[in-house]
Amino acid sequence: MRRRVAVTINGAKHEHEVEPRLLLVQYIRELAGLTGTHVGCDTSNCGACTVEVDGHSVKSCTIFAVQADGAEITTIEGLAKGSTLHPLQQAFWDEHGLQCGFCTPGMIMAAKQLLERNPNPTEREIRVGLEGNLCRCTGYHNIVKAIRCRTQGAGRRFLTEGEVRWRFHN
Amino acid sequence: MRQPADELSIVGKSLIKPDAFSKVSGQTKFADDLALPRMIYGRILRSPHPHARILRVDTSRARAHPGVLAVLTGDDLPIKFGILPVSQDEEALAKEKVRYVGDPIAAVAATDEWIADEALDLIDVQFQELPPVMSIEQAIAGAGEPIHGTSNVHKTVALEFGDTDEALRAAAHVREDAVFFEGSTHLPMEQHAAVAQVAADGKLTLWTSSQTPHYVHRALGKVLEMPMSRIRVIATPNGGGFGGKSDIFAHELVAAKLALVTGRPVKITLTREEVFYAHRGRHPVLMKVKTGFRKDGRITAMQFQSFLDGGGYGSYGVASTYYTGALQATTYAIPRYRFEAVRFFTNKPPCGPKRGHGTPQPRFALETHLDKVAEELGIDPVELRRRNLPKPDSRTVNWLRITSIGLEECINKVVEGSGFLKRRTSMPAGRGLGFAVSCYLSGAGTAIYWNEMPHSEVQLKLDRNGGVSLLCGAIDIGQGSDHILAAIVAEVLGVSLEDIQLTTADTDLTPIDLGSYSSRVTFMAGNAAKAAAEKVRDRLFEVAAKALQCDPDELIARDHRVVRRNRPADGMDFAQAVQLAEAQDGLVTGTGSYTPPKLAGPYKGSGVGPSPAYSYSAAVVEVDCDSRTGEVRVPEVWIAHDIGRAINPMLVIGQVEGSVYMALGEALMEEQSFRLGLHKFPSLLEYKSPTALETPIMHTYLVETIDREGPFGAKEAGQGPLLPVIPAVANAIYNALGVRIDEVPITPDKVLKAMNDRSKRVGPKSVPAFDFPPLINADVPDEWKGK
Repeated sequence: MRRRVAVTINGAKHEHEVEPRLLLVQYIRELAGLTGTHVGCDTSNCGACTVEVDGHSVKSCTIFAVQADGAEITTIEGLAKGSTLHPLQQAFWDEHGLQCGFCTPGMIMAAKQLLERNPNPTEREIRVGLEGNLCRCTGYHNIVKAIRCRTQGAGRRFLTEGEVRWRFHN
Repeated sequence: MRQPADELSIVGKSLIKPDAFSKVSGQTKFADDLALPRMIYGRILRSPHPHARILRVDTSRARAHPGVLAVLTGDDLPIKFGILPVSQDEEALAKEKVRYVGDPIAAVAATDEWIADEALDLIDVQFQELPPVMSIEQAIAGAGEPIHGTSNVHKTVALEFGDTDEALRAAAHVREDAVFFEGSTHLPMEQHAAVAQVAADGKLTLWTSSQTPHYVHRALGKVLEMPMSRIRVIATPNGGGFGGKSDIFAHELVAAKLALVTGRPVKITLTREEVFYAHRGRHPVLMKVKTGFRKDGRITAMQFQSFLDGGGYGSYGVASTYYTGALQATTYAIPRYRFEAVRFFTNKPPCGPKRGHGTPQPRFALETHLDKVAEELGIDPVELRRRNLPKPDSRTVNWLRITSIGLEECINKVVEGSGFLKRRTSMPAGRGLGFAVSCYLSGAGTAIYWNEMPHSEVQLKLDRNGGVSLLCGAIDIGQGSDHILAAIVAEVLGVSLEDIQLTTADTDLTPIDLGSYSSRVTFMAGNAAKAAAEKVRDRLFEVAAKALQCDPDELIARDHRVVRRNRPADGMDFAQAVQLAEAQDGLVTGTGSYTPPKLAGPYKGSGVGPSPAYSYSAAVVEVDCDSRTGEVRVPEVWIAHDIGRAINPMLVIGQVEGSVYMALGEALMEEQSFRLGLHKFPSLLEYKSPTALETPIMHTYLVETIDREGPFGAKEAGQGPLLPVIPAVANAIYNALGVRIDEVPITPDKVLKAMNDRSKRVGPKSVPAFDFPPLINADVPDEWKGK
């Protein structure tokens, strides 16, 4: 018994007939083709699938696609404006807040929500806010640093002029 | 040999990683992100029993299920394989017997994963259950049917370097300890995935989240009975590896076979539960260490025994077994050394290499042992280590050649940084400081399959606009190998990072790199990249010198220019030099290869342990223990790592911090343990790993020793810094509470138990009796004779 689901993802309308058991994360990855949202655990622990649904950060493996019918969804692909990264994306890059990059989209989406609720969090508040997102590579420090540096409004500049060019070519 | 440019312009700088743009923007394509037209999905039926004979597999109902396109059983993939040539004991799908809960039995391809899952339920398997072997003790007892062949003993080692019994008899002080290190798993955030596609001409392509695409390529050729030239393996960016994706996995072979059978692209993505069964993680190891000392604390001899709980198959186990005894003498000058080890088959997922491969367990044993000895001898634990440091440019008693050693400086950094000596004796209640040191390889000195060929190869192709294509088999698993390769080539050619176009880990396009394991990529692929870049640079200097009417030795390459060192205005653009060379004799290319020096000692088993260079680490850990609950918190860690040279300090610090984090998970909470044959925690819900909240403040110190063998002097960073942290936690708990937890992980129940026990200790009393084979008496190197 398929059901019709219509959502807006990153400003674009999507409409599909789906099985009620389809998870939102599967919808985003397989039907909308936005694979920046990842699946890392199947048990809603890792947070790699975090997206924004109607302004709330949500682990997209915890809800069914049909529950999101009519929602406005933002995924990691929706943050950058053209070739200008969202300040958090920039901060994760500048501060080496990622290694393998698998948890990164979920981390950034969770951090975005955290900062919207609390624009000037303490380090402890950042750590509490990220407890639902797991990273196995970094030891979390550079992730916390990236979020702090974003809140302080100034990234460390490691970039040479050449690398700035590179950013726009790749 | 030409001089490098006077100053390094890229190497040594904390430049940001090239692949991070696509990672922060969600564009990186991991294996599960790939989708091909007409793609179908594979799922694998796994054993519900730890040990059973397969009597019958009936797939008829599954085949008839609508949407199912193919069903495979062991009969379809009968050829055995294994990562090591000596352990070809695995089947993609078990035919006669299953050896752990999760062992693959059959596979289905269907139009979607739901249908494939339904079809798995329709496969009828009749088992005859066998008594499982779930521990080292049960494996030794040997009741019931052996897991493989005629015995549960997979591998034994018995080596002696000099007469240890005599040296122990003559020692002023002798101590013996038994400790146990429970297994744990890698837990990369990305679940393993593979996509296979067969082209119209029958050629197979496999995209897979693998640290070792070259070994997967070889295994596919063997199991599918296809020439390797008809198979292309492309490693996708790994969403974390830590050793967990460095084996050959059933789903890779099955996806390929299903694609061949159906003619359609097939994707298999493991569930998180299946990743726990794929495992190849840390071996549980029971160990005994016995050491003799002079009055002044200098070691006279050591005897070390390891009992490894290997799981159901060989995997890397033979190497793991040797590694539990290989690196004791690289941190301490041990004049006489005996090493006995045995690896058993048990009915658990196969163990293999996890970050530190076989060395964190003995390091835990050794460093807690030395802490106890220091107390008995009344010598400060730091001083005891200092008195036993090996010399640079020396050989250990087990024939490992050491080049640079930055251990003493590492020790100084963490001891001074933490105020260890002063603070340790005056910590508030429940607080403690612990210290430990360690050493690791910069790449294994021998390949997994015996051959004389290079371990890493790099090919460069220069285009006439000054761009550089870099081709190498290495795969970036998050450690930043793409950046390192680009940085080395850009440095030598005097161009920018963005001029380097990388093509990696594609067996059709890229020359061999053996894989991202054993901390080998920066060192070995880095050396190959440097050699290739130097070759093309020399060619450019030749033509440029002619045009500039100077000697090629006068030239340097910098800032996209080839110029005379002493008259920088006299020169040409890099691209112009390329054009001159191309006009003269065609396409400008260069290759570089790296073969490690032959370093194995003169005894059987000497192939595991040698490395062209060793990294060193030292750590001080502070703990805060709750004596009512037994809970241990780690507020602060000081870690120093001898990196040789940091090609990119920011990436090195990232590796060091990640290692500390992973070590703390192992030390305090992570365990792969079993009950009634079943994994106790096969999900992230139950398998606890540290979050951002549990990760301590880390003070990281990089020590540079500029190793003569490494590219620009670099050594490894990815694994070594994990090693000292785990024993330092145990030593800190002793400092805090006066209890010895000789068993990893150090969970609150063990701490409470030790506090309430008269012995003030939790851990094995001894090791079981086992008949090791007669000792092979290996000669000791000249420098140890008569000592």
